[in-house]
Amino acid sequence: MAVVRWFKRHFVVIAGLLTLGYLLLPNVIVTVFSFNKPKGRFNYEWQQFSLDAWKQPCGVADMCGSLSISLQIAVWATIGATVLGTMIAFALVRYRFRARGAVNSLIFLPMAMPEVVMAASLLTLFLNMGAQLGFYTILIAHIMFCLSFVVTAVKARVMSMDPRLEEAARDLYASPVQTFVRVTLPIAAPGIAAGALLSFALSFDDFIITNFNAGSTVTFPMFVWGSAQRGTPVQINVIGTAMFLVAVLLVLVSMAITNRRNKVKA
Amino acid sequence: MNTKDNSGDVRLSGISKTYDNGFTAVQPLDLTVPQGSFFALLGASGCGKTTTLRMIAGLEEPSSGTVHLGDQEVTNLPPYKRPVNTVFQSYALFPHLDIFENVAFGLRRRGIKSVKQQVVDMLDLVQLGEQARKKPHQLSGGQQQRVAVARALINHPKVLLLDEPLGALDLKLRRQMQLELKRIQTEVGITFVHVTHDQEEAMTMADTVAVMNAGRVEQLGSPADLYENPNTTFVANFLGTSNLIEAEVDSKSGDDIILKAGGGKLVLPEARCSAPTTTGGKVLVGVRPEKITLTHADDAGEIPENRNRITGKIADSSFIGVSTQYVIDSPVCPEFEVYAQNIDRDARLRPGADVVLHWNPAHTFGLDAAQDIDAGVDTEEEAA
Amino acid sequence: MAAVTEAPPLAPAPEKKPPRKRGRWTPYWLLLPGILWLIVFFALPMIYQGSTSIQTGSLEDGYKVTWHFSTYWDAVSEYWPQFLRSGLYAAAATILCLLLGYPLAYLIAFRAGRWRNLIMILVIAPFFTSFLIRTLAWKTILADSGPVVSVLNTLHVLDVTNWLGWTSGDRVLATPLAVVCGLTYNFLPFMVLPLYTSLERIDGRLHEAAGDLYAKPFTTFRKVTFPLSMPGVVSGTLLTFIPAAGDYVNAELLGSTDTRMIGNVIQTQFLRILDYPTAAALSFVLMAAILAMVTIYIRKSGTEDLV
Repeated sequence: MAVVRWFKRHFVVIAGLLTLGYLLLPNVIVTVFSFNKPKGRFNYEWQQFSLDAWKQPCGVADMCGSLSISLQIAVWATIGATVLGTMIAFALVRYRFRARGAVNSLIFLPMAMPEVVMAASLLTLFLNMGAQLGFYTILIAHIMFCLSFVVTAVKARVMSMDPRLEEAARDLYASPVQTFVRVTLPIAAPGIAAGALLSFALSFDDFIITNFNAGSTVTFPMFVWGSAQRGTPVQINVIGTAMFLVAVLLVLVSMAITNRRNKVKA
Repeated sequence: MNTKDNSGDVRLSGISKTYDNGFTAVQPLDLTVPQGSFFALLGASGCGKTTTLRMIAGLEEPSSGTVHLGDQEVTNLPPYKRPVNTVFQSYALFPHLDIFENVAFGLRRRGIKSVKQQVVDMLDLVQLGEQARKKPHQLSGGQQQRVAVARALINHPKVLLLDEPLGALDLKLRRQMQLELKRIQTEVGITFVHVTHDQEEAMTMADTVAVMNAGRVEQLGSPADLYENPNTTFVANFLGTSNLIEAEVDSKSGDDIILKAGGGKLVLPEARCSAPTTTGGKVLVGVRPEKITLTHADDAGEIPENRNRITGKIADSSFIGVSTQYVIDSPVCPEFEVYAQNIDRDARLRPGADVVLHWNPAHTFGLDAAQDIDAGVDTEEEAA
Repeated sequence: MAAVTEAPPLAPAPEKKPPRKRGRWTPYWLLLPGILWLIVFFALPMIYQGSTSIQTGSLEDGYKVTWHFSTYWDAVSEYWPQFLRSGLYAAAATILCLLLGYPLAYLIAFRAGRWRNLIMILVIAPFFTSFLIRTLAWKTILADSGPVVSVLNTLHVLDVTNWLGWTSGDRVLATPLAVVCGLTYNFLPFMVLPLYTSLERIDGRLHEAAGDLYAKPFTTFRKVTFPLSMPGVVSGTLLTFIPAAGDYVNAELLGSTDTRMIGNVIQTQFLRILDYPTAAALSFVLMAAILAMVTIYIRKSGTEDLV
């Protein structure tokens, strides 16, 4: 029948959209339930519509404090991981050196290792060294696992860059420093930005490694985890929705900037 | 130029390049490019011409030898300290800068503050004044190429290096740009060193051509010299087409050498023979297809006495419009090629006909028989 | 002829010194800080983990390395069900991710047209929202009194899954099905993105050529598209299975004591029971299993495309 044929032809699109729905459903629930007014301690069942949580986003004790700590760690981890990772990416793409295979493997492993293993082993390091668990141990851990992602993002961008461009710069009287600042860096910038953004997201949202190495410090994901036992305040959904909106906004803005740059200037 | 100024001379002495993996791209060579000339390095891909160019630019370190620009030795200078600029094969325009800034780049790096007038003038010279604020990706290939030339020329280098800059353009545009570059060079008077694998391009544009093969310069001279009097089989086959006949030295007569080939005799002026000539020694006798006249065997009596002649049978003929190209089977040489201009076509000259090929001995050249007779023949396919 | 202005004077004639190999040590300086960081905070801890696993002692008396290898035997013999369960759940989640994620990746790569950017945003943006909050949302979706469970009940799907052992009672929450659902959800982007990258590289004209040579759409997929997307399939599978095997968040939030995975055990041992040697031993075994898989992968496809 015509219906069956239509279905067969559009099978992929339908399946793909269903999967997309599967991906987005929880986000929708999070947003909808940020307008909920639950009866008990937990926010899993719909009771009634209310703007209370939006009006008092920091109304829950300790939540905004944990948010602030997560943001601070994310900012510093991004800076650290981006600087170290960008340097490694350039070394990998532009130079020849020995032990390439070992370097590549060392960078790949943190991306492929289960978080619980990295979390646990880092904890044994800190324990054996007698280090104080807290803000700085979290920061160290975050820089560690964000590094690899920055390297991947920057490497992809630099690899697609024509090496002749740097030669052209040197041919046109630019010293090595000038070549790097005037040509290499601006062209690699989108890759570095992508790496930094990814690093920020990974750090802000990290739970398992943070949980193991935080001591008594509480980051936002840890707060959420704790609330799953104690009681989930609606404000968590508010923050979740806000994060999603900020993310979408950032992506739209960056796309708009790219589009504007491609237009002809008078 | 007015005074005898050799500051734009390029002198390579004993220059060579061997890579870490043992591959030698350039054998030790000596080369002098005179000030103000248009010089071409011609050869197939992998022959070392681009490497040589990059050593002049400073983008490759020579394994041995020195590079002089005029009286200044630049061998150890990095590229940004050499008064030399390059037009790259893929143009290498900075994608994040607009055309104005691309062209101004060299000036700015040298600390020149007010660049506007110079940039505007240079863009007008290459007819791109309107595009100053566009980005490279918004321009066509031909326009990008002109930006690349402008970006290099604006710095008034002593030498302009061009690395196969016309390769990416279609035929008509390429012809246009060839004339354009030649005009600019004549107007500005700077030494141009142009690398190409296209022999027609080299012969059209250059005053002097160096033919390179496997890291060596096979022959250097004006296009006419190289074409009419090649010294090696590679040059003979690479530039245009050559017919090469294996012959044996018989005797000498005045300024000429008499050779035996396939039962007949051929005359070769000694000055045009680049091979050692001892009686009984082997020589490759060469003649270009367009120099040969094709006469039907029945008219053989009408051929003047002093011309070299060979007999054969027409194997194939192709009408090209301007000319007809024949392939002749002959005892002295299989697949002898003849190009005949289509002025009056002889209807008897069809495949299977017996013919006599004859030409003026002064158009003959001689090559060392020890060389590979097919060197340089199939390089068109390799370069593709 | 136009007057040619001279270029400004450049460097004086250089001294005669042999050309130094420019920038030979540069790559090593660039690599040093980052690699050092990884060695100290990634590789070294693995060694400490190994050492902790063979220590004995207690919190009060302190720990000492006593080469106590029996810890391994004890740990594995007690917790092998959790190891097995982790492997099964992770495998199930990976297969589901592949089945669900491939159509989505295909859609974005070949059928999206001008919607491509929008759909990509929708795939990536949830990433930026805390995954814990999103996983908690599944508690709402799969709630006993919610619409999803009601529909499944009416369609008697739950009877089938009960029989298969994937659910129990009339609930989905606190059952293996919920945990696998959560794992699939969490790691779907890790499958979709490598798949998309791999598919996007395929020249669309290959489909046309296949069609021209009498292949039906599904045959084209089977013989041309799928084989060419294998690198993406392999890397997506790795990037999904490995983290899923070590996950404990989904099992904790959406499962029950019957669905505990090895990650849960390690977490409890480290943070609650404080039995460091056992915990370290379990973690080491998990790590060894993962390293074995990664090594096989590297052997087959080399290290250049890893990062």
